Amino acid sequence: MDRQEITGIVTEIMCDVFDLDELEYSDGLSAEVIEEWDSLSHIRFIVAVEKRFGFRFSSAEIEGFSKVGDLVDSIAAHIA
Amino acid sequence: MSDPFALPWLLPAPADFRARLKAIRAADSLDAGALRALVQTALDATQLEQASRVVSARIGDLAGAGLRPLKLGIVASHTAKAIAYALPAAALRHEVLLSVELADYGQAAQALLDPASSLAQARPDAILLALDAQALGLARPRLDPAEAEATVTRALDYVAALRAGARANAGAPVIVQTLSTPVESLFGSYDGQLAGTVRWLIAEFNTRLLRSVAGSGDLVLDVAFLAATVGLAQWHDARLWHDAKLPFAVEALPLYADKLGGLLAAFRGLSRKCLVLDLDNTLWGGIIGDDGIDGIQLGQGSGTGEAHLAVQAFALDLRARGVVLAVCSKNEDSAARLPFTGHSEMLLREEHIAVFLANWTDKASNLRQIAATLNIGTDALVFLDDNPAERAQVRQELPEVAVPEVGSNPADFVRILGQAGYFETVSFGDEDRGRAAMYSANAERAAALTNVSNLADYHASLDMVCTIAPFDDAGRARIAQLANKSNQFNLTTRRYTEADIAAIAADPERFTMQVRLADRFGDNGMISVLIFARGAEEWRCETWLMSCRVLGRRVEEAVLAHVAAAARAAGATRLIGEYIPSAKNAMVREHFAKLGFVKTADRADGGTEWALDLETYVPPTLPMILE
Repeated sequence: MDRQEITGIVTEIMCDVFDLDELEYSDGLSAEVIEEWDSLSHIRFIVAVEKRFGFRFSSAEIEGFSKVGDLVDSIAAHIA
Repeated sequence: MSDPFALPWLLPAPADFRARLKAIRAADSLDAGALRALVQTALDATQLEQASRVVSARIGDLAGAGLRPLKLGIVASHTAKAIAYALPAAALRHEVLLSVELADYGQAAQALLDPASSLAQARPDAILLALDAQALGLARPRLDPAEAEATVTRALDYVAALRAGARANAGAPVIVQTLSTPVESLFGSYDGQLAGTVRWLIAEFNTRLLRSVAGSGDLVLDVAFLAATVGLAQWHDARLWHDAKLPFAVEALPLYADKLGGLLAAFRGLSRKCLVLDLDNTLWGGIIGDDGIDGIQLGQGSGTGEAHLAVQAFALDLRARGVVLAVCSKNEDSAARLPFTGHSEMLLREEHIAVFLANWTDKASNLRQIAATLNIGTDALVFLDDNPAERAQVRQELPEVAVPEVGSNPADFVRILGQAGYFETVSFGDEDRGRAAMYSANAERAAALTNVSNLADYHASLDMVCTIAPFDDAGRARIAQLANKSNQFNLTTRRYTEADIAAIAADPERFTMQVRLADRFGDNGMISVLIFARGAEEWRCETWLMSCRVLGRRVEEAVLAHVAAAARAAGATRLIGEYIPSAKNAMVREHFAKLGFVKTADRADGGTEWALDLETYVPPTLPMILE
């Protein structure tokens, strides 16, 4: 799976979890940009990503995400 | 198969969930039916929160839709926002219109022990006390036996103090939770034997907690059982606990919220009353009309036959705890009854079935007739049918009937029906034990009625004995149950908790009556509850309710004679009646007029007030013995 496919899936999950009608993906998206992204929806977002891609992040990995691009990099590394 | 996390008894959430929710949100006037249909599906954690937001925003539009309003306080030793945000939609699934007052995280003692706390000031109807093993000091082993004992006692004392605080300061009963055992053990199997291991501490705590709650008026959400049904390794998520202090896995939230919603509904008296059973491929394998009595599969010899027998056994167990059974089948009546009378393996017999409808009419119409015959609402029915088309027709016509998605394998029927929790209850007494038999006796009374030519003869033939007594401790649970469940014959629809009933019983300014009725067919148990406020001149009726199964038996005239005599003896000159209209109590709009009261006021809210002059009131002669 290439990076573009991963970002496509992550965008879909974000629309669902954050209840967005549309979202233009960029690596720089973060909780500061998306209003519905709070500590609770963040947890559901991470869990939804894990479920979709079939692995689990460590606490250290989650703590290292400051924007969506970091998360996508981590997914790419996990499923490589 | 039946993964409890997926709420398998519900239809799956629609693929276009977000579009549907958006349409509901965008419309100027709320489509309450569409919203209620949406929450009847198995929403995941994200969907629950999104639907809950709409429920909370439209709470004013939903009021009056026959839903039971309830304000829940939440006090937790862990993050509870996820629970608070998911609950309104889960509660709506159970006909409860919920608002939540969430105390600050970790502020349990402050919220409950201080009468000035914002939680206490909010006057919640009930308070969820969600504590975890860490907060109770039960998360680490204490292998010294004396210390182990003291640790459990300390934890229970703390919970007891919080419960007492909730009563004293917020005036609300508490929902306590059992603790789920951690996955990890210290020794292995030996943990269970050794005082002071975490497994031992939690087991002791749970056992003693359950014992302390029984009969107290507080309630239990059995989290330990919920966690066990899905598996502890699925329930606990160590990472979420460490990262966010979430008490369980995100996937567990829909199940937790649904079970809490069901408990709140039971607290409000909204449990289902009747299980309606299909026959072919539900109670037995095969089609009785085609396969004949020797061709159907039931009992020993086949897995399918055993599975259908298990459905019958479960139905009988439910009946023994007060759930009424009925049959609704597309069949010739004579064929449908054959196995009940002629098949040696049948556990269910005709005498267990209060209403037996086997015909070719559509099932929704038959369900309406079953409800009417039993004098209960269609919203008190659960309909068990293996046929997806029949289930869909009933859901379409009667969305208020609970229709579990039992799948096509009879081996799953009992588990899914049990997991759904339609018959959740918060108390169990002699009334419940005898209820199913009472409904069957009612069917016999109805038959007796057709054999006598007039009502007076019928009444005389019943040998009725009516017993009227003031509220007492023994009757308290049933009085509260009636106050919460009675909708139709209820003049004011005021709801009371057990604690309220105890306070009213002790209040010298109140005159109370609990009324029982027996006849030659059986004891109907407690069937009417009245509360009057005593005044020097006037006694004012605050609550007058009666079970519809004794309608037309002149019980209301007997209780009026009783209170009139008491008021007169106390020197009062008038009884004052009040009628507050609700969505369900139109049948008693003229109740006071029928009893000889004169209307004194038409209120703007549609209510009416009435007065009965005690100087001129003459008690009637009644066809019953009064005790």
